[in-house]
Amino acid sequence: MISYLLQQLLNGLSLGGAYALIAIGYTMVYGILRMINFAHGDEFMMAGYFMIFSLAVFPWYFAIPFVILCTIVLGVVIERVAYKPLRNAPRMSVMISAIGISYLLQNLANYLFTAMPQSYPQIDILKHVYTFGNISVSRVTIIAPVLTIVLTFLLIMLVNHTKLGMAMRACSKDQETARIMGIKVDNIITTTFVIGCGLAAVGSILYFTDRNTVQPYSGSLPGLKCFVAAVIGGIGNIQGAVIGGFIVGICQIVITAMGYSVFSDAFTFALLVLILIFRPSGLFGEKAVQKV
Amino acid sequence: MLEIKGLSINYGGIEAVRDISFVVPSGQIVTLVGANGAGKSSTLRSIIGLVKAKSGSIKLAGKELMGSSTDEIVRNGITLVPEGRHVFPDQTVLENLKIGAYLRKGNLDEDIEKVYSIFPRLKERSWQAAGTLSGGEQQMLAVGRALMANPKLIMMDEPSLGLAPIIVNEIFEIIKRVNEAGTTVLLVEQNANMALHVADKAYVIENGRITIEGTGKELLKDERVKKAYLGTTA
Repeated sequence: MISYLLQQLLNGLSLGGAYALIAIGYTMVYGILRMINFAHGDEFMMAGYFMIFSLAVFPWYFAIPFVILCTIVLGVVIERVAYKPLRNAPRMSVMISAIGISYLLQNLANYLFTAMPQSYPQIDILKHVYTFGNISVSRVTIIAPVLTIVLTFLLIMLVNHTKLGMAMRACSKDQETARIMGIKVDNIITTTFVIGCGLAAVGSILYFTDRNTVQPYSGSLPGLKCFVAAVIGGIGNIQGAVIGGFIVGICQIVITAMGYSVFSDAFTFALLVLILIFRPSGLFGEKAVQKV
Repeated sequence: MLEIKGLSINYGGIEAVRDISFVVPSGQIVTLVGANGAGKSSTLRSIIGLVKAKSGSIKLAGKELMGSSTDEIVRNGITLVPEGRHVFPDQTVLENLKIGAYLRKGNLDEDIEKVYSIFPRLKERSWQAAGTLSGGEQQMLAVGRALMANPKLIMMDEPSLGLAPIIVNEIFEIIKRVNEAGTTVLLVEQNANMALHVADKAYVIENGRITIEGTGKELLKDERVKKAYLGTTA
């Protein structure tokens, strides 16, 4: 029984790690553009397809950086084409543009790769299985949470202790004043998308390695769940998004393990409703205090 | 130093600024005074490249800056202290100063000390979040932040706005000191009385046009200015 619990906890941490990496993308883009990038989950899905194709050609140690690079390029192109021209438009327009891109990517994947689930390639070094007594875990299960925490730590260091991070924080607070300081706001926004998409690509590798198939709608539900994770943590807050990601991931696995897998998605969104009612700025969200 | 010629700015079909020309000579304090909505802020915002002007020319030391991006303009030596201060509230005083020097490379310690010597109160609050400062302190920080860019020309948009009279005096003292230290100042003010007292040269803007110009002293004595902006009649 204990080993079963431990096994599920490990699975939860692993799923939570992948969710956390994707949630960071939502939270960072929100922090700087005040918009929810609904296409983020679909970028994550595309990263899954990129891996299928690149692993067919390259060995894993080329394929992984290549997939990350492709996802970043995709994200930056989306930002340039669909969001940048709307910089001075109402925020709602950008959000609708994001929804449009989300459907575009889903339908594009449907058209290019068919709706049939494609099997996700096995990356040997991630699939190695360890056995401790009754517990057996694949390497990815252990790597996922550790890698998530390491990447989060590096990201927080970047944001809080570098000049680039200082500029990012300035832009997220007050873009016009940041511009007056000589900061190239568009470059900072691009950097944010680079980081968000890079992490989503890593998250996609961790997520799909445990799930074995990719289909055009693979990004839609996990994307929404990671958005929920970002809201739970307090949107705009990186640590919050990571903790939210782990909460959503662990809850999902625990509920499934208890035999209520039918309700696991419903639970995530019930959690969202509860958070929005009782703590709308999330667990660690910015307090909306303004001194004039 | 700064030469504006035939500057016109449109905001959604409305002409906010119509064909204005003025000069800011090196080392002086020049002020634009005028009522709300006269086009003063628009003028500053177009000089720093936040607003695209419809036509005209903006030259700094002979170099055309019209159409340049804001970061290029800042790099060329113009900074703006925005209306309403706009310090970064969650970041510390020290960090705000560092952001002001964003485009500069190398060691900033000396410059930070210089700003702290002008504003000793900022030094005391170095590690405090800028949002916790009083209005006057925030204004000092906004000026200090602009100085960190090591500008040739510092533009200030309504630095006295919303401050207590005693603090306003202090801010104007600081403006004079900044100028004496060698930085040219372009000041936009609704507080015409204070502005004209410190200004070497002044322009009155009405409905987007320059209507009166002269030295600060001349304008203080000008009947039209007295009546419209100083609230005194001779």
